[in-house]
Amino acid sequence: MTDKLDKVFKALADATRRRLLDQLHQDNGQTLSALCEHMDMTRQAVTQHLQQLEEASLVVVVWQGREKLHYLNPVPLFEIQERWIGKFERHRLGVLHELKKQLEGNENDQT
Amino acid sequence: MTKPSVKPSDKPSLKPAYVYVTYIATTPDKAFGALVDVDLMRQWWVDPVAGCARVNVSDWKPGSRWIHQRADCSEVIDIVGKVVENTPPRRLVFTWARPSEEADASRHSRVTFDIEPYGDALVRLTVTHEDLESDPQMLEGISGGWPKVLSNLKTFLETGRALPPSVLAG
Repeated sequence: MTDKLDKVFKALADATRRRLLDQLHQDNGQTLSALCEHMDMTRQAVTQHLQQLEEASLVVVVWQGREKLHYLNPVPLFEIQERWIGKFERHRLGVLHELKKQLEGNENDQT
Repeated sequence: MTKPSVKPSDKPSLKPAYVYVTYIATTPDKAFGALVDVDLMRQWWVDPVAGCARVNVSDWKPGSRWIHQRADCSEVIDIVGKVVENTPPRRLVFTWARPSEEADASRHSRVTFDIEPYGDALVRLTVTHEDLESDPQMLEGISGGWPKVLSNLKTFLETGRALPPSVLAG
């Protein structure tokens, strides 16, 4: 399963792919065309990034008739969180995160 | 008896709100069993908010009622619905509603479990939750809940390890 985790981190280690995940987080279940609208790159490049996200199981594809919809699958991220974040830390981290958001404004962190 | 594994077309299905996928080192039969057997379920289905174990109780025949019940002494019923499809070990579909809204079919959302063999030793479990558009509150509840529930199921099937006793006791 280490192999699986490697793929997740590799997929996340790229700003474009994180942006694709952000887009799906905002509006889940989008077609390739819809995703391309907000990306400043070729359709082919977006397809390749999506493929890597799919291999890492971070994106899941569902066919709806002829439409291929992309979904953000949070399960691998949840497993990472479970591994390193303790049950009792979660609440404190939530409070800290809220404070940061209030102080810095509500923009998405573009990191 | 069970229906053939064709998607029931009782209504045009909307775009699913959530799709969750996890790969589990187990067999389709074991994975399916864990979804319908109360004794197995109380070992892995935990409510992320209340913290106690939950079970889904039904005879799992299409058209039958199912209830999502706390497995502690309170036996409170939190969710109810109807079984839509039961095709072991591949597919289980049921509707999902608050007990107070059970009579109103328009307030039922829909949950599908798809189990596919993946490679030699894995199954790919997909959980789809759809028809939730009109219910943002429920949407928020389930989006926190499913990843936790699936992660527990994976641990249980792969290690046989049940939830800690503190959780099981409710």
